[in-house]
Amino acid sequence: MEQAKKMNMKEKYNAMTGDLAWDFSYKTEAEIFPLSDFEGIKIEDWSKWQDPFRLTMDAYWKYQGEKERKLYAVIDAFGQNNAHLGVTDARYINALKIFLTAVTPLEYGAHRGFAMTGRAFPGVGAQVASQMQSIDELRHAQTQLHTISQYNKYFDGLHDPFHMFDRVWYLSVPKSYFEDALSAGPFEFITAISFSFEYVLTNLLFMPFMSGAAYNGDMATVNFGFSAQSDESRHMTLGLEVIKFMLEQHPDNLPIIQRWIDKYFWRGYRLLGIVGMMMDYMLPKRVMSWKEGWEMYFEQNGKMLFDDLARYGITMPKFWEQSVEEKEHLTHQLWLTFYSYGHAAAFHTWIPDDSELDWLSEKYPNTFDKYYRPRLVYLREQEKLGKRFYNPSLPQLCQTCQIPMVYTDPKNPTKRVYRETIYNGDRFHFCSDACKEIFEHEPEKMSQAWLPPHQIFQGNCGGATIPDVLKHYHFTENDGGEFLHSRDNANWNLWKGLTPDEEAA
Amino acid sequence: MQVDIKSLSIKPLRNTFDQVARFTGSEKSASRYLEATIGVQPEINFHYQPLWSKNRSIYDKDNTVIVMNDWYRLLDPRQYYYGAWTIARSKQQDAAERNFSFVEKRNMLASLPTDLREKIISVFVPIRHMEYAANLNNTYMSAYGYGVSITQAASMCAMDRLGIAQYITRIGLMLDGNSGDALKTSKAAWQNNPAWQPIRQLTENMLTTQDWFELFVAQNLVLDGLMYPLMYQSFSDLTSVSGQTSFAMMTEFMSEWFDEHVRWVDSVIKVAAAESDSNNVQIGKWIQKWLPQILQALQPLAQEALGEAAQAGLDAAVAQLSARTTKSGIN
Ligand SMILES: [Fe+2]
Ligand SMILES: [Fe+2]
Ligand SMILES: [Zn+2]
Repeated sequence: MEQAKKMNMKEKYNAMTGDLAWDFSYKTEAEIFPLSDFEGIKIEDWSKWQDPFRLTMDAYWKYQGEKERKLYAVIDAFGQNNAHLGVTDARYINALKIFLTAVTPLEYGAHRGFAMTGRAFPGVGAQVASQMQSIDELRHAQTQLHTISQYNKYFDGLHDPFHMFDRVWYLSVPKSYFEDALSAGPFEFITAISFSFEYVLTNLLFMPFMSGAAYNGDMATVNFGFSAQSDESRHMTLGLEVIKFMLEQHPDNLPIIQRWIDKYFWRGYRLLGIVGMMMDYMLPKRVMSWKEGWEMYFEQNGKMLFDDLARYGITMPKFWEQSVEEKEHLTHQLWLTFYSYGHAAAFHTWIPDDSELDWLSEKYPNTFDKYYRPRLVYLREQEKLGKRFYNPSLPQLCQTCQIPMVYTDPKNPTKRVYRETIYNGDRFHFCSDACKEIFEHEPEKMSQAWLPPHQIFQGNCGGATIPDVLKHYHFTENDGGEFLHSRDNANWNLWKGLTPDEEAA
Repeated sequence: MQVDIKSLSIKPLRNTFDQVARFTGSEKSASRYLEATIGVQPEINFHYQPLWSKNRSIYDKDNTVIVMNDWYRLLDPRQYYYGAWTIARSKQQDAAERNFSFVEKRNMLASLPTDLREKIISVFVPIRHMEYAANLNNTYMSAYGYGVSITQAASMCAMDRLGIAQYITRIGLMLDGNSGDALKTSKAAWQNNPAWQPIRQLTENMLTTQDWFELFVAQNLVLDGLMYPLMYQSFSDLTSVSGQTSFAMMTEFMSEWFDEHVRWVDSVIKVAAAESDSNNVQIGKWIQKWLPQILQALQPLAQEALGEAAQAGLDAAVAQLSARTTKSGIN
C-alpha cells in the first residue's frame, strides 16, 4: 500500500466533527437552522470555530465514566455511614436547601438550553460543544439530586424541590433569570450562560457552596462539586471561546454582545446575592465574606478578564460599580428580609450568635455595627421574649430581578431605592437603575414576568391566605420558620445526644 | 449507653423525594434512575414568551400532536440516568478500543480485497453523515420534547450517534492509512453519487421535521430500524464471507448499540400507543408516511451494497421492523 500523507491531530479532529456536515441541496441552510440569524449576530465562517479540547465521544465516555464510578462509590459510602451526622451543625443543611431548590433546577435548565443551541447553531464545532455541555449539565442536576437525596431522608425543606421551583416566591429569582436566557435566541443564551454566568460569575457560586461544604464537614457535596470541576473548566473555556468567536466574526456583533453581557452580569449578580447571604449568615463555619469573595472573584479576577477582552472593544459590564458600592450592605439586607419572611420559606432562618456577629463586624467594619448589628440583636431579644418577628404582608418585587425591593442606596443606606417606569399604561417597579434599564430595553418581554405576589393576589397560588399559599407550595409546618424551634434542630440534638445548652456552646 | 440510644433514634423522616413518591404511589425508597428523572423539568409559571416562538412555552406539550396524560410514563427500560449511561458506554468503548487495536496490530485491513475495501468506502463510510443527522435529530427531541424520561434518553442517543459517526470516521481513516482520502471519496459519494441521493434527500427532509415525536418515529424507529439491519447484519455478513472478520469487529459497538436502542425505542412506542387510540393511529400514520419513502430510498443503496442479495436484505429489514411495531401494539 502506498503511504499517503497522514493527517495531523487538528485535521483528524475535524474529520470527527466539522467534516460530518455536508452541503445541503434539498433543503436550504435557513430551513435546517431557522434560529441562527434572528438575533442579528453575523457569522461569516463557522469553520473558524476552534474547539480547545478536541474531545471525541470515546474519550468523553472513558473519562466521564471513570469520574462517575468514583463519585457514586462515595455517595454509596455516604449513605451507609450516616454521614449526614458529620456536618458542623444542622444550620448548615439550610445552605443545601437553597442549593437544591434554586441551583439544581438551573443545572437542568442549562441541560435543555444547550440542547437548543446544540441544534440551533449551523456549525458542527459549536453544536458538539453545546451538546457536550448539555449532557454535562444533566449530570450535574442528577449527581446533586443523588447526593442530597440522603439529606432529604433526614432533614426538612428538601422534599419537593421542583414543585417549589415552579411556584415559590423567592425561587422566581433563579427561575426568571434562567428563563430570560432560555426564551432568548441561541446566541443570547450562550452569551448569558456560557460567558456571563459560567465564565464571569461561576466561581462565586461554586466556591462558596463547595468550600462551604468542605469547611462544614459535608464531604458528599464536596464530592460532587469536585467531580463537576473538570466539566466546569471545559464550560468556562467554551464561554470565552464563544465570545471571542462571535466578536471575531463581524464588527456589528460587538454592541449586541456588550448589551447581553451587561444584562446577564447584572441579573446574575442579583441572583448571587442569595449565595452571599448564605456565605455570611448560613454557614456555621465561614469560608470568606461576600465582600471578600466579590473583591477576589469579581473586582480582581473579573477585571483581569475584561482587560483581556478590551482588544475586542468589550468593556466592563455596565453598572458594575454599583455592585461594588453595595457590597457591604447586600447580604445583611437580604438576610433580614428572609428572616422576616421566614414563615414563608422552605429553609430556616435565625439570628447569628455573638461570635458570629463579631465576625460580621470584623468583615464589614464600615456598615455592620452601624446599621445591622443593632437590628439583629433587637430581633434576637424579641425572639427570647417569645415574639419572633415575622412580616405578615407580601413583599413588593422588582419587576426585573424579582428580589423584594429592600436594597438601599449605598450613599444613603437608610433609604430604599425605588425606580419605576410606565409601559403600556402600567407602572413597573425596580430595585435599581440597572434593573430599570434592562426592562426599558425589552419592555414587551420583561413586562410578562410571572411575579409571585401579583399572582397570589390574583388567586393563582392556592388561595388568599398565607397558609393557603404555603400549602400550594407543598411547604409543611416543618419546612420554614425559626431554626431554634425547628424539627431539624430538635432531631439534630437528639441524634447527637446534645441538650439545647450544649448545642449552643 | 448514650451511643445506642443515638443510633436507635436516627430514623429517616422519608425515603425519597415527594415528586417520586407521587409518581410511584409509594413512600418506599426509589431507584437512582427515578430520583434523577421524575419531575425534574419545569412545567408551569413560565415568565417570558420565547423570542423563538410566537405560541409555545420554553417547555411545551404541544410541540407534538401525541398526547400523554403523564409524559414521565415514557420511561427508559435501560434505566439510564447520566451515570448509568456513561459507565455503560465507557465499558463499550473499552471493548471497541480493543477491537480496533486488534485489527490494527494484525494489519487485517491490508488483506481486505480491493473491491470490498472500495465498497466499504462508498456504501458504508458515508453513513457517518447520516449519523450526524441522527445526532441533530435526537438533540432536537431532547431540546423540544416533554418530560425528562424521554428527553434525557434522546440526549444520550444524540451523543451515542456522534460517537458512532466518529467510529465510522475512524474506520474510514484506517482504510486509507490516515490520509483522509477514503473520507473524501465517501463524502463525494454521499454528496453526488446517484445511489445516495434519495436517502440524502430524506435525511435533509427529516432535519426540517417540526413535530419531535414524528421525528422520533421517522429517525429512531423507521430509518434506524431499516438501516441498521441492512448495514450491520446483511452487509456485515457479506464482508465476512471471504473469511474477513475486521468489518464485523470494527462495527461491534454499533450492532450491540442497536440492540439496546431497539429496547428503548420500542418501549417508548408501546407506552405512547397504549395511552390512547388517537396516539396509536397517529404513530401508525407516521410509520405509513416514512416507511415507504425510506424503503424506496434505500433500494439503490442496497443494490450497491448487497448486489443480488439486495432484495433479500431489504425484506429481512422490513420483516424485523414490522415484527417490532406489531409487538409494540401499533395497529
Ligand atoms: Fe453545571
Ligand atoms: Fe456548567
Ligand atoms: Zn431588580
